[in-house]
Amino acid sequence: MISRAEQTLFSDWLWTVDRWLLGALALLMVCGLVFGMAGSPPVAERLHLPTFYFVNKQAEFLVPAIAVLVAASFLSPRHVRRVALAVFVVAMALIVAALLFGVEVKGARRWIFGIQPSEFVKPAFVILAAWAFSEGARGRRDMPANFMAILLLPATVVPLVLQPDFGQTMLISLVWGALFFMAGLHWFWVAGIGGAGASAVFAAYKFVPHVRARILKFLEPQSDGGAVTDTFQVDTARDSFIAGGWFGKGPGEGTLKRILPDSHTDFIFAVTGEEFGVIVCIALVSLFAFIVIRGLTDAARNEDPFCRFAAAGLSMLFGIQSCINLAVNLRLMPAKGMTLPFISYGGSSLISLALGMGFLIAVTRKRPRTEVLLDAALDPGAARA
Amino acid sequence: MSDHMQIPDPQLMKSAAEAPAPDAEIEIYDDGPQAAQPSSDLSRAWLRRLFSTRLEKSDRRVRFVAIGFAAVYLLIAGKLVWLGFKPEPASMRTAAAEASAAARPDILDRNGEVLATDVKTMSVFAEPRRIIDKDEATELLTAALPDVDPKELRERLGSRKGFVWVKREITPKQQQEVYRLGLPGVGFWPENKRVYPNGPVGAHVLGFTNVDNQGIAGIEKFIDGQGLADLHGAGFNLSAENLAPIALSLDAKATFAVRDELAKGLEKFKAKAAAAAILDVNTGEVIALASLPDYDPNNPSDALAPDHINRMNVGVYEMGSTFKALTIAMALDSNKVNLNSRIDAHGALRYGRFQIHDYHGQNRALTVPEVFTYSSNIGTARMALMVGVDGHQAFLRKMGQLDRMRTELPESAEPILPRTWGELNTMTIAFGHGLAVAPLQAMMAVGALVNGGYLIKPTFLKRSEADAKRNAPQAVRPETSEALRYVMRLNAEIGSARKANIAGYFIGGKTGTAEKVVNGHYSKTKVFTTFMAIAPADKPKYLFATVMDDPQATPETHGFTTAAWNSGLVTGQIIERVGPLLGLEPRFKLPELPFPLLAKLGYKQANSPAGKAQEED
Repeated sequence: MISRAEQTLFSDWLWTVDRWLLGALALLMVCGLVFGMAGSPPVAERLHLPTFYFVNKQAEFLVPAIAVLVAASFLSPRHVRRVALAVFVVAMALIVAALLFGVEVKGARRWIFGIQPSEFVKPAFVILAAWAFSEGARGRRDMPANFMAILLLPATVVPLVLQPDFGQTMLISLVWGALFFMAGLHWFWVAGIGGAGASAVFAAYKFVPHVRARILKFLEPQSDGGAVTDTFQVDTARDSFIAGGWFGKGPGEGTLKRILPDSHTDFIFAVTGEEFGVIVCIALVSLFAFIVIRGLTDAARNEDPFCRFAAAGLSMLFGIQSCINLAVNLRLMPAKGMTLPFISYGGSSLISLALGMGFLIAVTRKRPRTEVLLDAALDPGAARA
Repeated sequence: MSDHMQIPDPQLMKSAAEAPAPDAEIEIYDDGPQAAQPSSDLSRAWLRRLFSTRLEKSDRRVRFVAIGFAAVYLLIAGKLVWLGFKPEPASMRTAAAEASAAARPDILDRNGEVLATDVKTMSVFAEPRRIIDKDEATELLTAALPDVDPKELRERLGSRKGFVWVKREITPKQQQEVYRLGLPGVGFWPENKRVYPNGPVGAHVLGFTNVDNQGIAGIEKFIDGQGLADLHGAGFNLSAENLAPIALSLDAKATFAVRDELAKGLEKFKAKAAAAAILDVNTGEVIALASLPDYDPNNPSDALAPDHINRMNVGVYEMGSTFKALTIAMALDSNKVNLNSRIDAHGALRYGRFQIHDYHGQNRALTVPEVFTYSSNIGTARMALMVGVDGHQAFLRKMGQLDRMRTELPESAEPILPRTWGELNTMTIAFGHGLAVAPLQAMMAVGALVNGGYLIKPTFLKRSEADAKRNAPQAVRPETSEALRYVMRLNAEIGSARKANIAGYFIGGKTGTAEKVVNGHYSKTKVFTTFMAIAPADKPKYLFATVMDDPQATPETHGFTTAAWNSGLVTGQIIERVGPLLGLEPRFKLPELPFPLLAKLGYKQANSPAGKAQEED
């Protein structure tokens, strides 16, 4: 038992972190392994790999991921900013390098040195945006924080669009927009940005053929979507849930997963539905909801503007990503490649998520009010760090 | 730097006092309107607010976003619940079970020989929703199964159905080939295929099934009508093992022999068609039935040819002189005549502008047995007139000749009656012209005339004599029946049925030759011949009947086309061949007292051999 009487680095950490949040994340990682055992064997077999190849890899990735998560959660808000800035700079450099030298996989240049740098940009971007917005909202005159926050978006998004990676672009833009909204943006702009987003979607619909096809297909399942795409995946996903029923067919008993592409990544939720049933799926959804809402309420309670924005942004990043994946699996929105945090297979994604959640734990740590205020007082110095 | 250092202090205090700095800032601008230039200050204030963000709003907005997320997660959970309540759609398994050929009971003959059974075959199906590349699948499948039309298959695979057939009933080799294609969404389903091991033997009775193993003709259809189809429809998983086999009245060996002899006769006399049947007169069971040309039920499309009908049951014909047996029975049964009565058969019988002649004209008064053996048209016409039109109609109706006879076979035909039935019709119908009935229908009547008088509806299912007689009405008196047995026996000894008088079986018989109607007139050259024989005549068990449509004369028939020369001959061959098969015991000595009732009534001649009776006469 850790004594409260003695103050050590570890006991400080233990008594100040949001243990519920930490527990929920740990549970999610375990679920990721269990559901991975259901969803990944068909893919492994298709690729002539050992049956549990992906499960073993995921377990291997969990070791550094947990290390990153715990390490990040020890950081103070100031160090969080510094680490985020470093990660952001390195990741952006890698994205540019990937654009220039990377190998094209499935029509996109996303990979370099075996990692997907765009994954690491996400949490770093959220931290930097939260920093800028908190400074801006504080109404500082000496530096154009809001302006910097606005500039941050195109600087991050343009290389992503060039990859192209519309999924990450959308995710980052949504989180950025939501942070701006939280920073107290005038409703005039809320409407304006909303309108801009809508027109961006409309433009994509108008000029990007596969986006158009997907939306058409979603709106009118009977049409052939201009023969560009079909609803095979989402139809099969829906059939999986129906086949599973309330209690599922039982672990390993799923059959639709064999014909469901990306059953270990984008559609692992459907496999879970087939094998474990709707009730387990609802429990999983509740777990995600708990993490996101807990993160957001922690954020709302937090008095430090940076911590508030950072916690809210990271929670939203996590929440939006999970919601999009779940909604696509359940055919609540048009197909969009998006992984389910901590459940879908993927090394880069897992470590980036661990970094993001580590930051979240770090910024939601309980801190003595004096420390918060002192921090705020000293902040200008930190701003230049 | 000093600037910055000053800011924290008020902010620190104000935030503690729930009045954060930006608020204060705004208050300053809000005070603006009281200044000198209210309107410009107002707009400046508005612009300033527009271009700034406000920290104090953020915790509310964070909560607002949290509620938004809660709503989205609830929506997701709601959709999950909705999917949980959704019934699993008809799975591939049930779809296949519904679509595939269901099991049917075996059909056996009266001795347990298999006439129809199911064999397992494999069919290829596809689940279009699970086929990833439909064009590739079409290409590969048609390469393995060359007789599948690629265009049609592509269309079927393009449908949104969960289950479509690719090809039914493939060979094991084809199955291997399709299996090796390794196409997702393509699979095999075991089906039942109906097989008739005896080919065309008994085909018209058995009928056939379609590719879904549903009976669509004959006994097969009858079985479906007995509730089998309902059981399948209700989803019972019936297999051949748990379906009781159906025992028919047919004897497979006898049926084969009958068909064989009939085929020989058909070829010999170059007839258009021919049919033969054996009826157990005591039970009404049809022991054998053949109708040529026929078809192989293993290849059901043959059955649809119009000349492949069952001529015993579906064709209706004027039965010719065999109907005289009915007329004589009617006259005897109504006591208008007795066996000793003499009927004038001089010259021709005139009725208006019509004349009725005898084929074997004797130009004298004939006794009733003579009317039968000489097959006198005049004699029978006169006897019918004695009974009268109404009595004649009533008798024929009682004998089941005026209504459609319905057996287990769904195929049947309505008799063709004269539109107006006057005396002339009665006269011609008396000798078998002017009323067309199905041959099996006529057999039922003749059977009743010889079995002691019971009108027993023919059946194609095995049944006992007690069952048969339970509901069989007494159509004629036993004495009449015995008199008919006597005259038929007499006819086989000295009359037109001699060709079928196979030694040892104590046969009785009657020929019938009807002129065919060609272009609305009776043709002098085209005939429809019938022959009916009973064995043994003293205690009949079987009634044999053969009909031939348009048999031709051959050198052996000396130019004749009358029934004795063709149908009679074939019937004789049939009796000779199937007699041993059916357990008819040949007798070397003729029975001492074959017709005891007639003896009691004082007709001594009936029980003495015909030759002697003739001499005495």
